[in-house]
Amino acid sequence: MTAPGKRKYAYRDRPLARALEPLAYLTPFLAAIAVFTLYPVINVVLMSFKEGYQMLTGRFTQVGMENYAYVLRDRYFINALQNTAIYVAVVVPLSTILSILIANLLNRKVKGMALFQTAYFMPMVTAVTAAGLAWKFMFSRDFGVINQILSWFGAGKINWLQAPEWSLWALIIYGVWSILPFTIILMLSGLQNIDETHYIAARVDGAKSARIFFRITVPMLAPTIGLVLTINTISTSKVFNEIFPLFNGRPGPSYNLYTVVYYIYDQFYIKWKLGRAAAAAMILFLIIFVITMLQQVIQRKWSH
Amino acid sequence: MTAKESAGLCAEIARANRLRALLARGATYFFLALGAVVMLFPFFWMFTSAFKTPQEVATFPPRWLPAAPRFENFATVFEKAPFGIYFLNSALITAASVAGTGLVTILAAFAFSRLKFPGRNLLFTLLLSLMMIPFEMLVITNYETIAAWRLIDNRLSLFIPFLGSIFYTYILRNFFLSIPDGLYWSARVDGAGNWTYLWKVMVPIARPALTTIVLLNAITSWNSFMWPMLVINSTANRTLPLGLYVFMTEGGINFELLMAASTVVVLPIILLFLIARKQIVGGVARGGMKG
Repeated sequence: MTAPGKRKYAYRDRPLARALEPLAYLTPFLAAIAVFTLYPVINVVLMSFKEGYQMLTGRFTQVGMENYAYVLRDRYFINALQNTAIYVAVVVPLSTILSILIANLLNRKVKGMALFQTAYFMPMVTAVTAAGLAWKFMFSRDFGVINQILSWFGAGKINWLQAPEWSLWALIIYGVWSILPFTIILMLSGLQNIDETHYIAARVDGAKSARIFFRITVPMLAPTIGLVLTINTISTSKVFNEIFPLFNGRPGPSYNLYTVVYYIYDQFYIKWKLGRAAAAAMILFLIIFVITMLQQVIQRKWSH
Repeated sequence: MTAKESAGLCAEIARANRLRALLARGATYFFLALGAVVMLFPFFWMFTSAFKTPQEVATFPPRWLPAAPRFENFATVFEKAPFGIYFLNSALITAASVAGTGLVTILAAFAFSRLKFPGRNLLFTLLLSLMMIPFEMLVITNYETIAAWRLIDNRLSLFIPFLGSIFYTYILRNFFLSIPDGLYWSARVDGAGNWTYLWKVMVPIARPALTTIVLLNAITSWNSFMWPMLVINSTANRTLPLGLYVFMTEGGINFELLMAASTVVVLPIILLFLIARKQIVGGVARGGMKG
């Protein structure tokens, strides 16, 4: 530490040092962002137009739209779009509705709430591979506990993981379970931000609890619901990791369960067609971008 | 109505209200417990199956509890695959990531909150807009970069790409901004330079925000699967989630062993969660987890 007078003097004496000081603090961060975020964003755009792009040498035959044309005609990509769309369309609304109901219960002031919160939030911190293996075992046709529980209700054995028509539903069930904790946390913090006086006023007016829920809780929660819909639509559009433990790293039992990100991975890491992978990544980004914009427009209209 | 009658009516209404409150509380507990059982069931199944015999995991209807807890499953898991090494790798990389990203984040958040330079807010807004780019889009180029640096199958590649985090910098900058300016000027009068002020005053005050960042980063790093799967090839460099996945694809489906191995992977992070639930949940509520 230097004496105050000396320090001030030193600063006035060296304007260059003063101007460069923020740069010194920022250099590690900006360097990391430039190399691992900014450059890849620019590069993936360029790469998506390079035909026959070779990794390491960086050579390509010509610039054009061939990668996009290939991907958009590829039936596996169409399949990936369909699966991802169904996955998003089921998981997002289902997890949103369930999380509103559960967060509403968790928000009541009863004893033992910490214990319940722990139970509901635990799946959030566990590795996808480990939790996925537990689900794989539970989904097992011959030895699975899910088929046992279903048999209590008279259902026959379902071949969750090997029958193409069921495999997407297994992925969806596992997906809802793993996204719920995060969604409940957001809903709960939204509920806790609602002013208590609204409820007191409604109760004084003698409103029934169902009426309170639909007339006060849901409208007041609208901004949080909008946020949850946006975040969950984006994260479910990128469904990928969950496929590995359930289907041994293959996209479903008979290559029927491609998702958009799995398709990117497949073109990039299995087939080494980097240009096509980049084109698929660009399409994914465009879809996410459009959905985000749409939801924001709808939300703005809704709140007015 | 006599006074006695009205008192009786009041008591009746009070009793009815109490009953309704009791019923409401009962219903709350019932539905909460039902949901909790569903959410926890995969963990129950994982932990109990880890102690079952090979026969017990291969029957229908399945046995819910092992007849006698079989601890050998864990010994077998560590014999069949080097889970000790995977564990060490995961711990090392998580520690390196928490320390490295933490340091880079502290420095950047300080510059974006305390130091003044032209274009500061514009630069920060531009960085925030980069946050909506999914990591999946960057993976191809980052793999090329890591390959060009000859870091494929090197554990350094598991945390270097994540040193700069816009999300964590955003959380910490907001916290730094809430620290009053008066503190800074009095520290300057006392002769503290920026560097001293950052480490002696701001960092200790920002402990809650730093704890959040450390916890979220530790969980993300420990559980990371996609990136390690792409860049790591050899057994000696695998982390736990990757090692577990390879154990499944190469070792075949022995569910009692897979569940024992899964238990080894999830137990440390569950313990962390039980200890620091409030901070983790608070951090997630403030901005969600990355990825």
